Amino acid sequence: MNFYLDNENLSFYLHHPDMEQVVAVREKNYAEAGNHPEAPADANEAVEQYDTVMRLLGDIAGDVIAPNAESVDHEGPQLVDGHIEYARGTRQNLDALVQAGLYGMTLERKYNGLNFPRVAAVMAAEIIARADVGFATIWGLQDCADTIQQFANDDLKNKYLPRIYQGATCSMDLTEPDAGSDLQSVRLKASWDEASNCWRLNGVKRFITNGDADLHLVLARSEEGTNDGRGLSYFVFDKADGGMKVRRIENKMGIKGSPTAELQFTNAPCQIVGERRLGLIKYVMSLMNGARLGVGAQSIGLCECACREAEAYAASREQFGHSIDKFVAVQDLLRQMRARTDGARSLMYETARYVDLAVSSKPASRIADILTPLVKLNASEFANRCAYDCIQVHGGSGFMKEYACERLYRDARILSIYEGTSQLQVVAAMKGIAGGAYLKQIEAYDAKVSAFDSLTDEMRRQQSLLRKATESYKRLYELVSSEGTSSERFDHSTRALTEVLSYIIMAYLLLLDSQRDNRFMDSCDFFVKEAVGEVHKHLAVYEN
Amino acid sequence: MSFNIVVLAKQVPDTHNVGADAMNADGTVNRAALPTVFNPEDLKALEMALRVKDLMKDARVTVVTMGPPRAAEIIKDAMSRGADDGFVLSDARFAGADTLATSYAISQAVRQLGKVDLIMGGRQAIDGDTAQVGPQVAEKLDLPQVTYAEELLSVDEHSITIRRRLERGTEVVKSLLPALVTVTSAAADCRFPNAHRLLRQAKMEVRMTNADSIDADMERLGLKGSPTKVKRIENVVLAHKESVVLQPTDEALNALSATLIKEHIL
Repeated sequence: MNFYLDNENLSFYLHHPDMEQVVAVREKNYAEAGNHPEAPADANEAVEQYDTVMRLLGDIAGDVIAPNAESVDHEGPQLVDGHIEYARGTRQNLDALVQAGLYGMTLERKYNGLNFPRVAAVMAAEIIARADVGFATIWGLQDCADTIQQFANDDLKNKYLPRIYQGATCSMDLTEPDAGSDLQSVRLKASWDEASNCWRLNGVKRFITNGDADLHLVLARSEEGTNDGRGLSYFVFDKADGGMKVRRIENKMGIKGSPTAELQFTNAPCQIVGERRLGLIKYVMSLMNGARLGVGAQSIGLCECACREAEAYAASREQFGHSIDKFVAVQDLLRQMRARTDGARSLMYETARYVDLAVSSKPASRIADILTPLVKLNASEFANRCAYDCIQVHGGSGFMKEYACERLYRDARILSIYEGTSQLQVVAAMKGIAGGAYLKQIEAYDAKVSAFDSLTDEMRRQQSLLRKATESYKRLYELVSSEGTSSERFDHSTRALTEVLSYIIMAYLLLLDSQRDNRFMDSCDFFVKEAVGEVHKHLAVYEN
Repeated sequence: MSFNIVVLAKQVPDTHNVGADAMNADGTVNRAALPTVFNPEDLKALEMALRVKDLMKDARVTVVTMGPPRAAEIIKDAMSRGADDGFVLSDARFAGADTLATSYAISQAVRQLGKVDLIMGGRQAIDGDTAQVGPQVAEKLDLPQVTYAEELLSVDEHSITIRRRLERGTEVVKSLLPALVTVTSAAADCRFPNAHRLLRQAKMEVRMTNADSIDADMERLGLKGSPTKVKRIENVVLAHKESVVLQPTDEALNALSATLIKEHIL
């Protein structure tokens, strides 16, 4: 089974009209064409390359990773002599992906990377997550290499980046017992060792995903006497250099194949990434945005898997003389699952395109920044909802361990928590809400829809409803911010505002997608109704 | 000096994906309508060859196929999985070849490659099921042959040790090199392609070799060199009671020949 070829939505976004611009930016206007045996000469060739590699990845996801998911969930990783041994299936997955040369997909060619854009990386993550979300966390952490590529000096890049291609695993060591969402409180100490000409780490990190990785990016306090984010720097630690021990691995509810560890650093030698004091305020924030998009991809992969599990079960399970997918109540569940998956996916690839364009465009960078929390918030919440509905479609059977939906339900739960909870995504969206950036983006989408030369009546109707919903949103915003954006009333409304904006944006994106393929109109209709319903629910309260 | 491995491969119709238009009205195969695949056992032979390469210093794997220009697809596939080189024997003069003419053309092509230490191929192709080409190539090149290979146990410059899958168990044999090995479906699956190699292959042309380049006797090629004449094709499902186990003795083989002649099969 090929998890890329059997899902035509993936190719649809790989061939999005804006990809021409994305590829041109990524390929620096094809500067390497003719000078490197893999460099594409134009956008068509580049997209063909992405397609080729996604086919390969789709094979591995369908034939290796997905069949291993159940045993990996049962077996889990083990702690042996202070180090972690992956489940057998996890090791097989890693070996297949490394042998296939898929690690380091976004790295530059000089580091043995494929120089693929974020759009392709996110698609790879989605495909792998559909096979196994737990494994997708291990795979996704190679994004740490992007931070090294972006901010480290050439010595570090030359030393570490080629190892990613060879399969070196990564972890992002931020959380500590007293520093979770509040990373300014990180206490792990980094001190300069003059004699060895390196930094030394001392302290404890907790809840570290893939904690026994080969390469660690560690947030640590390099400035003695400080107690906020400005005293933190970022370090790269190589496990082979010693000084780190895994104290325990957590017994988790889901994503059991992905080891979550507590780490003890004792005089562990490491190198600083970039400049001192910029660890949290610049580098982690950059890494975090990428990680949030990554969790979006994991969530959508899980949604896709849940949709398929539910659709297949509903088509095969017979009650009252018919397969249950003939019953409207079940059809509604399946449609809603599919719509949420479509909406989150369209938003994610839109965001990924802006992340790619952000390299050479300030406005694109600002749009990427406002869309990223919406991806993380909505995709992760939808993943939970899809997993819930998947069990619902299975009925009593779904409550038994025999069906994959039980694992999906457990795996989904972390998605709206790690890399920033849903509540923190709402906080991250506030700047765009208060500053009007989301409304500006909605106006741009509306103009794009209007510019389409063959709008159907149904498309016009949805556009008109979306315009009304946007006007209602503006009224709601004015009502809840009437006492200022620091008021309690405003604070209590931020989630609702963020969700309404999200639904409007996803509906517009699906409307735009429908211009290339009409099959998205059902899902567009779902989000239009969600937007209209949600905004009027709150308006009804505040207007009276 | 490098250790040279040749893999014999064939592009075959994908029998798992046969559409309604797979047969012409006259009962012949409509090849244009059939999707094609790398013959499954040849892929397993490629994997075994790549494992030999992994174990040997300075080994090279060259893939040889015979077929229409489209067969270049499997050369690219093999190279994206780790083969170093490959070419297609493609010429109208090869057309209509039975196993005798095919093995002659392939053996001549292999002769042109110089020092060859090991030849590997699938036991049989899923479109013909003859299992004759590998052994015939070995005979023509005067090489020892190991058939039904399921696992490579060891290899060095002078010998190879293979586990064979037989009807009632397995057998470990060691052969001097050079030798020819045919691989069964019980062997390990082929590794996945490598993304970087895939991208490089997409930009490369596969070498085509014609009948003039293999120092061949033209009378022994294609239809002219093929004594096999297909009278008709019918679908036969063999029941177990119809099969006979023969001992590998001259008496048993003579008896088989006599039976086949008597029943007008030979």
